[in-house]
Amino acid sequence: MVQISRWKMIAILFVVFFGFLYAAPNVMSPNARAWSAEHLPAWFPNKTINLGLDLRGGAHLLYDVDVDAVFKEQAELLRSDLSGELRKAKIQRTGLGIINGGVKLTLRDAGDGEEARKILRGLQRDLSITTDGPVIEAVLSEAGRQSVYDQTISQSIEIVRRRIDELGTTEPVIQRQGEDRILIQAPGADSAALQGIIGKTAKLTFHLVAEDATKAGVKNLPSAEQEGLRIPVERRAMLTGDMLTNAQPAFNQGGQPVVTFALDRRGTKRFCDVTKKHTNKPFAIVLDNEVLSAPNINEPICGGRAEISGRFTLQEVNDISILLRAGALPAPMKVVEERTVGPSLGADSVAAGKIAALIGLAGVLVFMGLTYGSFGLFANVALVSNVALMFAILSSLQATLTLPGIAGIVLTIGMAVDANVLIFERIREELRAGRSPISAIDAGYSRAMSTIIDSNLTTLIAAIILFSFGTGPIKGFAVTLGVGIVTSFFTAIMVTRLMVVTWLWRKKPSNNLPI
Amino acid sequence: MKGLHLVPDETTLNFVGKRYLAFVFSAILIVASIGLVATKGLNFGIDFTGGTVIEIKTPSTPDIGALRADLNGLGLGAISIQEFGAPDDLLIRLPQQQSADDDGSEQKAAIETVRAALDAQFGDEENEEGEAGVDYRRVEFVGPQVGAELKKQGALAVLFSLFGILAYVWFRFEWQFGVASIVALAHDAVLTVGLFALTQMEFNLSTVAAVLMIAGYSINDTVVVFDRIRENLRKFKKMPIGELFNISINDTLSRTLMTSVTTLLALVALYVFGGEVLRGFIYALMFGILIGTYSSVFVAAPLLMFMNIKRSDIDDIGSGGDVVEA
Repeated sequence: MVQISRWKMIAILFVVFFGFLYAAPNVMSPNARAWSAEHLPAWFPNKTINLGLDLRGGAHLLYDVDVDAVFKEQAELLRSDLSGELRKAKIQRTGLGIINGGVKLTLRDAGDGEEARKILRGLQRDLSITTDGPVIEAVLSEAGRQSVYDQTISQSIEIVRRRIDELGTTEPVIQRQGEDRILIQAPGADSAALQGIIGKTAKLTFHLVAEDATKAGVKNLPSAEQEGLRIPVERRAMLTGDMLTNAQPAFNQGGQPVVTFALDRRGTKRFCDVTKKHTNKPFAIVLDNEVLSAPNINEPICGGRAEISGRFTLQEVNDISILLRAGALPAPMKVVEERTVGPSLGADSVAAGKIAALIGLAGVLVFMGLTYGSFGLFANVALVSNVALMFAILSSLQATLTLPGIAGIVLTIGMAVDANVLIFERIREELRAGRSPISAIDAGYSRAMSTIIDSNLTTLIAAIILFSFGTGPIKGFAVTLGVGIVTSFFTAIMVTRLMVVTWLWRKKPSNNLPI
Repeated sequence: MKGLHLVPDETTLNFVGKRYLAFVFSAILIVASIGLVATKGLNFGIDFTGGTVIEIKTPSTPDIGALRADLNGLGLGAISIQEFGAPDDLLIRLPQQQSADDDGSEQKAAIETVRAALDAQFGDEENEEGEAGVDYRRVEFVGPQVGAELKKQGALAVLFSLFGILAYVWFRFEWQFGVASIVALAHDAVLTVGLFALTQMEFNLSTVAAVLMIAGYSINDTVVVFDRIRENLRKFKKMPIGELFNISINDTLSRTLMTSVTTLLALVALYVFGGEVLRGFIYALMFGILIGTYSSVFVAAPLLMFMNIKRSDIDDIGSGGDVVEA
């Protein structure tokens, strides 16, 4: 045990050397890093630890996607399609309504059941159909529901990504969380602006304004221009937002901010036909169930380009353009959790964390030196190597460092010496029991080992559980703590042993140890 | 140069003799903790209750009383304001807003209302660096549903880590050791929660993390003492159990104290210099380290003795390092 093989020695030095090398970018100035990126070979480490949102400032937003709205919409669609098909097939019904996740059809003649089921299956896949006499219930199957969930969320993520990209936010994280949630983490972003852009469904439709507000197929929508005013519009849309190919903010002749848009070929034709047919009648431009404006159709519009006017500010015109370009969300979303940190708090936290870490480190170094003399110094070299190794691993894993993560590092500094304390105390005991220095050191390392493994593993268990259950910043704490346990195991045992063995070999102490 | 010794070499304190005193002391603390949690309750943070916290830095030192009156006149329920680390740094708490359709819009509107009121008051002032207006350092909003989920997750995390540690100790030691160490760990966790009930400090997600960390530390300390007890049970075949326990605790005492001191050194540095945000978390950890150190010596080991552990319970083919020297 007191010997250490040459290759092992080289391996230990190698690991420590690379630890310092990979940790180095974290303490280099941005200029120095830029220089090293340019002039040193590509393998040369240049990565630093990622600062979490609580340290660099930014917005953390958790959205809940209302997938039920999609189910409802689909059921609505299925009902109206089914109604048409039944009429075509001359099947008589006494009832057709929407139930949770599907439709319920009551036939006049139960003998039409086979035919009706065939129609249903033709209209929508993934239906699970149950028949009870003349009553047929068709709801989405479990697989169908799942695929609606998956599709809605992935589409929403895509739309959100496009919108955030338009804002020019750097490196946003947008990911699904759980069944029906989307997590957005945008460093440096202004949360209010972000929410203004993300939270809007941005469902744009053009409707004819109805002359009779009480007629069937007409709905009354609130006006954005005039508080309290409701405008009756035809339920059926003549144009929908997905026919848009572009939207830009602009000014009209009167100097008012407007949104100009361009339509695809289908939309151009539809718009041309409708405006021809309904010239001199008003139509309503509806965004998220609110009438932006209801201008008059002065002449047929067949060029595929038009503008949306209204009482807009420049900011609103900008936002609407972004929303229209990015497309509509498939379902409404709402914020269920927000954590925003301003840049000033983030910077303060980093500064405070640095000071605390340095002072904590200094305190432990002094204390170890006082207590264990030369052996304390060996432990101190190991401790500093441990900090370097932690930074090296966190940098190359590109782990995110949070404020609790910094606490984890500092806590690890305090706890990392535990292994050395165990070994050194054991050596002291063995010396007291009358062993020779070499034999005491040997026994100290080997006997403390099983205790060290036990105590490290129990802390590691706590760290792993924290990691799997924790959210955000707490996860950061678990990561640094876990990494710190692993690296300290190496440094406290291997690095100190290397130094102790070298020291023994040079000094050859006969009866006393400086411990 | 010979190092400093925290504990004199030939220390033989009679820990085991004081075990009934320690049991009574611990029992009182545990009953008090449970009583406090039951009567005063915990001051749950928005992580668990839902609600909003806004941290601001104002350009000049504000009159908190007047500001509190202003904000509470907005009709948003009881808004609390407290100083957060510095006189111009304020923590504003908004209660969960009642919402008809649960879409969080009322909460967002409430945040905007408060921001508008703050901007109206401080918007024109400048701080020493000439920056105008309120610095919104932090806005945290947790919906009621997420709050309930986080509560559940936190409870699960505590349960799972207890089981994880129990399983490990069970696997590694005889069952008496496992039970004694888990009791000691639960003792530490309960007292820490009791501290939060007593001080009414905010109990949030980081507190749960702190409790888990304390559990890890407590078991770590206990395991070191137990390792030595087991080793000595194999080594001294004839020694009375009480004496053997005392020797084991005394043998490991200086390590127990050393590690607590270095860990506390690091934590004190964090507490003093690490900023206001972490302070509650670090406070809990410092308390936990002290309690964990106490419990490994005064709760875990005496409890093990109480369970009547015998040499025959220990299998002799333990790990290699523990074999009696030839």
